Amino acid sequence: MGRSFLALLRRDITLALRRRTDVLTTLFFFVIVVSLFPLGVGSEREVLRLLGPGVVWVAALLASMLALERLFAADYEDGTLEQLLLAGQPLALLVLAKVLAHWLLTGLPVVLIAPLIGMQYYLPQTAILMMMLALLVGTPVLSLIGAIGAALTLGLRGGGILLSLLVLPLYVPVLIYGSGAVSVSTIAAAESQPYLFLLGAFLVLALVFAPLASAAALRISLE
Amino acid sequence: MLEAVDLTCRRGDRRLFEALDLRVAPGVLLHVRGRNGSGKTTLLRALCGLFSPESGMIRWRNEDIRRLGDDFRRDLLYFGHLNGIKSDLTGVENLRVAATLDGDAVHTDDLWQALERLGLAGFEDLPTRMLSQGQKKRVALARLVISKAPLWILDEPFTALDVDAVALLQDLIADQVADGGLVILTTHQEVALTSGQIERLDLGSRH
Repeated sequence: MGRSFLALLRRDITLALRRRTDVLTTLFFFVIVVSLFPLGVGSEREVLRLLGPGVVWVAALLASMLALERLFAADYEDGTLEQLLLAGQPLALLVLAKVLAHWLLTGLPVVLIAPLIGMQYYLPQTAILMMMLALLVGTPVLSLIGAIGAALTLGLRGGGILLSLLVLPLYVPVLIYGSGAVSVSTIAAAESQPYLFLLGAFLVLALVFAPLASAAALRISLE
Repeated sequence: MLEAVDLTCRRGDRRLFEALDLRVAPGVLLHVRGRNGSGKTTLLRALCGLFSPESGMIRWRNEDIRRLGDDFRRDLLYFGHLNGIKSDLTGVENLRVAATLDGDAVHTDDLWQALERLGLAGFEDLPTRMLSQGQKKRVALARLVISKAPLWILDEPFTALDVDAVALLQDLIADQVADGGLVILTTHQEVALTSGQIERLDLGSRH
């Protein structure tokens, strides 16, 4: 069981490294969206500091969306998804391996590039640290919830747009608490820990339920 | 033994077949025949559990396959219209992932031998997108060499294969049947077996 989890994780990462453009597109998309805002609203320090946390999170949501569509679609097209369903291993576990690979390739780079983005928005050091922490806890939730949507819209015409309509509303709590944690950390008197705990709770919930829901959705989609 | 009782499958508004009964015993090859669109693929997908029939039951060793779940799927090897291989991975890598997912603990040497047996010596290390259609199919069929699953369900395994590969696949199928395995396949070609028994099922002929 553990061996098939690792085998699938390694396969997806190998595939992504052989086709680097897919990974880089997501990251560049994130960087460009975030960089457009200072150009649009001007470079006033106070305004940017206020906008920063929200903009970073919205861009992270959109970047995560962008790569979601391909999460199961590539496997669906070449028939490997069919084989995963028939592998005789718990499908939820295999889905979790795919989601983990997806996060390592799209979520983790966003977390790592966050300090640079923070500087662009004049965020103080504590806020930058908090942003990295919040993204570290929050972006896996995005991948997990997104997997359900990707599984449900698999093989549908115009699935990409339907996917965003399905998934983006579900991202709202992560957006609120994620950007909340960062905003609050710029205020000396406020405590941002509760926000992080709530994000952590979302992550635990998503870790338990999202793979099961995606596995069920995949079985329906392949019928 | 694989059994289907009173199976009815529907695709959209069209009923493909109804009240179909079939039994496949160990050491038997079931050749499903029928015109294009007669429901051969749907029947095979239903037998795998990928497609839910409208009514009826499918039993593997006297238990409902839906209750068996992963236990049934471990006994099964399905080969569909799509090869199920990744074009950016090499033949060996593809085969290793497939074998691990099937739960077969295999040595790297076995993977190379399996590919060599399928006439892919010298091509094992190439990404499969560089291979021809027939060679891709051979990579996918290498799973049959490694697999220990007692039940094989093969959908049109002979298409795109040359004469040598067809003979090789026939050998593999004959070995599986001789070892007491079950094979269910669709093909427009005749399959020769050296031992074991061939049964035929004609779909769409009763109208």
